Amino acid sequence: MEDFGNIVCSAFIVWLTLVVGLIVLPAMFGISLGITEVYMKVLVKTLEWATLRIQRGSKEQQKPTTLVSNGIILRDDGSMEKEITDLRKGRSKPQINGEFELSDIFYFSKKGFESIVEDEVTHRFTSEELVSWNLLTRSNNNFQYISLRISIIWVLGVCIRYCILLPLRVTLATIGLSWLVIGASLVGLLPNSRVKNWLSELVHLMCYRICARGLSATICYHNKENRPMKGGICVANHTSPIDIVILANDGCYAMVGQVHGGLLGIIQRAIVKACPHVWFERSEMKDRSLVTKRLRNHVADKTKLPILIFPEGTCVNNTSVMMFKKGSFEIGGTIYPVAIKYDPRFGDAFWNSAKYNMVSYLIRMMTSWAIVCDVWYLPSMIRQEEESAVQFANRVKAAIARQGGLVDLSWDGGLKRAKVKDTYKEEQQKSYSKMIVGDDSS
Amino acid sequence: MGCNGSTLAKIHNLDELILETGFSSSHICRLYDRFHALDKDDKGSLNRSDFQNISELAVNPLGDRIINAFFPDGMDLIDFNSFVRILARFRPVDQNPKKEPNAPEPINSRVNKLKFAFQLYDQDKDGKISKNELLQVLRMMLGVQVTEEQLESITDRTIQEADLDGDNAISFKEFKKSLDKVDIEHKMSIRFLR
Repeated sequence: MEDFGNIVCSAFIVWLTLVVGLIVLPAMFGISLGITEVYMKVLVKTLEWATLRIQRGSKEQQKPTTLVSNGIILRDDGSMEKEITDLRKGRSKPQINGEFELSDIFYFSKKGFESIVEDEVTHRFTSEELVSWNLLTRSNNNFQYISLRISIIWVLGVCIRYCILLPLRVTLATIGLSWLVIGASLVGLLPNSRVKNWLSELVHLMCYRICARGLSATICYHNKENRPMKGGICVANHTSPIDIVILANDGCYAMVGQVHGGLLGIIQRAIVKACPHVWFERSEMKDRSLVTKRLRNHVADKTKLPILIFPEGTCVNNTSVMMFKKGSFEIGGTIYPVAIKYDPRFGDAFWNSAKYNMVSYLIRMMTSWAIVCDVWYLPSMIRQEEESAVQFANRVKAAIARQGGLVDLSWDGGLKRAKVKDTYKEEQQKSYSKMIVGDDSS
Repeated sequence: MGCNGSTLAKIHNLDELILETGFSSSHICRLYDRFHALDKDDKGSLNRSDFQNISELAVNPLGDRIINAFFPDGMDLIDFNSFVRILARFRPVDQNPKKEPNAPEPINSRVNKLKFAFQLYDQDKDGKISKNELLQVLRMMLGVQVTEEQLESITDRTIQEADLDGDNAISFKEFKKSLDKVDIEHKMSIRFLR
């Protein structure tokens, strides 16, 4: 028994040394040994092979291969006016504007039924569907049993992911987070000086790099010359809490958020000792002017790190960008927009907070193949004189959506939990009434 | 979640449903997923509140009427099979129907689509759209944007045009005639992409 215990111990120590030597240390200094690259190449080859087999298999079963579209029904793109005018065509009477037709009802009922089958808002809070299966059970939406070989590869995949990758990643994450807490606390003991700032940035970067390895994250940064500068505000689309790790791998940011309890609270308290982050108590968050004032003070100090804000306010499934809350755009200062787009083939990064809590989400992340994403730094934007905060927010949102290839929606992400306001219904009624009685009722 | 054998097995009377509605099994699968996505409390059926949670439907001026169409006869809950049957009315019209001599009219025929639209107006189901019923629908679609007088005059004019037998109401026959040239097949159909 004792021998067995000794063997297990020494095996564990060897394992830990390997992990530290091959992964942690190079990660801390930003060097890559190429292990991840090899892994990714093998993975891509395997997935391509699997795709071909599935396509061959489905051809035999005569299933149509379709393009990835963001919806399941065909929608007419016309405006209300165009659609209703179309409906009225074929009437023997001449068109007079300012009339009601019985056929007008078809427009509203069709729109209503379309929204029952599929609506833009609910759609954006479920994971994106894949064109072809990526050998993860969780994304098995429409793919049936194809062949024995695929099933064998799938079983192999499960073993590798759960027995090899998961423990490895959990180890790395633990090392990364502990080092963050310890390192930040140590740096916090130093008096305020340039050395302290430099050390704090170093500690943060190292830990986020280790955490990124802990997720097998392959990140491609584009347009690094537009990287956010001190005293600015960095704004990005939000898909999951991992966004923070992704962005912080390439620069240091001041985080903004609510004070939490538990593990997250410990991390928060530790890192705020090393450099100024902005943490709010739950009660303070309700007071919008207080929040704006604190952020404004932070931004005004040009030596402080850029603030990282996610204006959507909630996690969206990375196929679209939802309404940006105007609060972040009222602070002033330079806005640095960033677009983040995940590649869904390797792992679904979206955090569906209604379905999974944080722990099960992290386990899902750590048992995916990898996290592959692109980050684009967009040129900075400033609010123009005549622009309102809302217009500015929409301008930034459009730029981010365009760069990331995401759909630009005006729906509020908060509709995940709340009901929609009646004002939108009134807008529709207004447009329709213009058609019936004309502008400025006679 | 997912369109595989196990999902299809959960649906009662799947073959009957396919025959009756004309949806393919993969379409029914997708509607099943949608049904359960809307059914947030996992009741196995939907109530009015589940429909009202759909933001796009809540901002539709006729939203409440459309929701009512799913709850005929004063019921408060709808199960999946009934859900699919009502949605089947919006299936595109079949191009070359197999016409058996005694087969009933398919759910998504032109006539049935018209009947459905008629029922959106005719709430008391007396077979006629009265002036009052027309007023109600117009009020829903226009909200507070028009005055009572304008509504009255629009209603009067519409009934005048469509009413052929002079009873100051629009029967289903008159309704059908009035919409004779409208492309119902296209405008009252929802096409599935996959």
